[in-house]
Amino acid sequence: MSTRVASSPHGALGLSDDDLRSMHRLVLTARLLDEAALRQNRMGRAPFVVPAEGHEACQVGTAWAMRKGVDIWVPYYRDGALVLAAGMTPYEIFLGIFAKASDPSSGGRQMPSHWGHRELGIITGSSPIATQVPHAAGIAYAIKYRNEDAVVGCWFGDGATSEGDWHEGLNFAGIHKLPVIFVCENNRYAISVPQSKQMAVKDVADRAAGYGFPGVVVDGNDVLACYGAMTQAHDRARAGEGPTLIECKTYRFLGHTSDDDDKTYRPRDEVEQARLQDPLHVLGAYMLEHHLIDERGADELRTSVKAEIDEALAAAWEAPDPEPGSAMRHVFAEAESDGDPVSETRP
Amino acid sequence: MSSTNVVTAIRDALHDEMANDDRIVLLGEDVGSRGGVFRISVGWMEEFGEERVIDTPLAESGLVGVAIGMAMHGLLPVAEIQFADFIHPAFDQIVSEAARIRYRSNGAFACPLVIRAPCGGGIHGALYHSQSIEAYYAHVPGLKVVMPSTPADAAGLLRSAIADPDPVLFLEHKKTYRAVTGEVPDGRHVVPIGTADVKRQGDDLTCISYGYTLHTCLDAAQRLQDDEGISVEIVDVRSLAPLDTETILDSVRRTSRAIVVYEDNRTYGAGAEIVATIAEQAMFDLDAPIVRIGGPDIPAMPFATALEHLYMEPEPDQVYRHMLELARA
Repeated sequence: MSTRVASSPHGALGLSDDDLRSMHRLVLTARLLDEAALRQNRMGRAPFVVPAEGHEACQVGTAWAMRKGVDIWVPYYRDGALVLAAGMTPYEIFLGIFAKASDPSSGGRQMPSHWGHRELGIITGSSPIATQVPHAAGIAYAIKYRNEDAVVGCWFGDGATSEGDWHEGLNFAGIHKLPVIFVCENNRYAISVPQSKQMAVKDVADRAAGYGFPGVVVDGNDVLACYGAMTQAHDRARAGEGPTLIECKTYRFLGHTSDDDDKTYRPRDEVEQARLQDPLHVLGAYMLEHHLIDERGADELRTSVKAEIDEALAAAWEAPDPEPGSAMRHVFAEAESDGDPVSETRP
Repeated sequence: MSSTNVVTAIRDALHDEMANDDRIVLLGEDVGSRGGVFRISVGWMEEFGEERVIDTPLAESGLVGVAIGMAMHGLLPVAEIQFADFIHPAFDQIVSEAARIRYRSNGAFACPLVIRAPCGGGIHGALYHSQSIEAYYAHVPGLKVVMPSTPADAAGLLRSAIADPDPVLFLEHKKTYRAVTGEVPDGRHVVPIGTADVKRQGDDLTCISYGYTLHTCLDAAQRLQDDEGISVEIVDVRSLAPLDTETILDSVRRTSRAIVVYEDNRTYGAGAEIVATIAEQAMFDLDAPIVRIGGPDIPAMPFATALEHLYMEPEPDQVYRHMLELARA
């Protein structure tokens, strides 16, 4: 059976006050960015957005255990806060939302939130669910084969765990004891289908037993609990002990995407109840309680982040659109500069 | 030059490439201790190590998906699908992932992956060990699809596939494995992907084919020469995607008659694309309607000998007769 990882104070986890302030800023940035993106959608300037709202703590918490420039990120479409933590800027995210030529994920080819950033080691992803899971295992295999000191993080929702590719990816990673961490952001719904109709177990993490590695359950609304679980998994991966499956129990506060109306399948009182554990508020309360920020500082932070987002949004809106003819490019390699004959995830 | 069969040519070329480049890893079902069901990799697990010759779980989508991950992180994976008939669970990984990784990332990522798949019938493989799958994949931009018909082409195209910066589906017709022998040039023989090859020169009509049926066509052409003095040019497509339309059109424009022969189900097969290309670009060079011969439109190849013969050769000397009629049209 899976184990449960409880929360610890940040000091006990080896996090400095400044670490926590940075994490707090990331969670807040992701939240305000989501809100701004959704407004753009309702204004008719962004055809499609994918809110992460509710998932910020598990994304920032697990991301904080990763090493930028060393480790490899294999996210899914709800990972807006995660890719911010991995180093993408709000400007870059808005370039994707507005489908601009310089969108680092795809140059405006993919829907927003289909992340990819070669320089940051964020692997390009698609819309079919769980197809990235075997990729994560393959990258981890290559890391081990090449004797690199890198770890792969692979994120997905609870819905992904029903896919064959999910099973096949975890199974391969378990067989070869690969340096990969599988993070399930369990928000209890695959769009409208509740967990009870997706699986007959209470915890996704229990499935890890079938692959021969540990499964861990954490409160996904608690950034420190998520960080703690990810740190242990990261240590295991680097020590050659193989994968870990971490299940972060969380909730999605908004629809699946800007095109979804969750009122058709989720009772409002359930959503309101979940909002009592809003990860932004949980972290904000922790910050106040531990005197990492005061009320005035919190207000200033919000003003500062909001300004940063407004500026990024405005600048991205003004960025050039892709040239129509560019749609014909990059079907195959064009020149030595177009990817590499042998690709690397980092330069 | 040395004479060998197709399966040996593939084995030798793959072995040489693996010996020269430790980024190449082989993965698939039974490729390790068994050495592959067609014995391509016998002894390689011991020679190259378990890290490079990887027996995978019985899961085609996962094995292709894992290979894609490897390809995105510096390795050159060669994934073996045991029989092409079993590739279908991996369709999503091949079409949605491998073929689109470069495009969807605007050129930032690449997927230098080779997928080898023994295909085709006439070997008592029945419904699920005889399929032709090329049309499904040749339709997909971002993916290259090749099918050699001779030992030299098998060796040369495999080297090109491994060196290619994009994903390549390398189809090996099982009936050619041991039935077809030929000379393979010494050294690191390479055949560029996207080039057709004139396997027999002729003046009276052009026959376009690939895979095992190419040899049926070569036999028929020789007999027509002997019996009737009719001179048939045979173009081996070799590469279905990209398709070398120039070589095909050059030949058709010269002979003014075209017949396309392929084993796959006739409807929506690769032959339809070749015929359409000729119709669009060489219509006024033709002296007769284009002839298209494909496999019957039944769901798959049956097992009983008589039924399998009906698929592979629906009537005795079918190709011979159609060539003769076309030459006289």
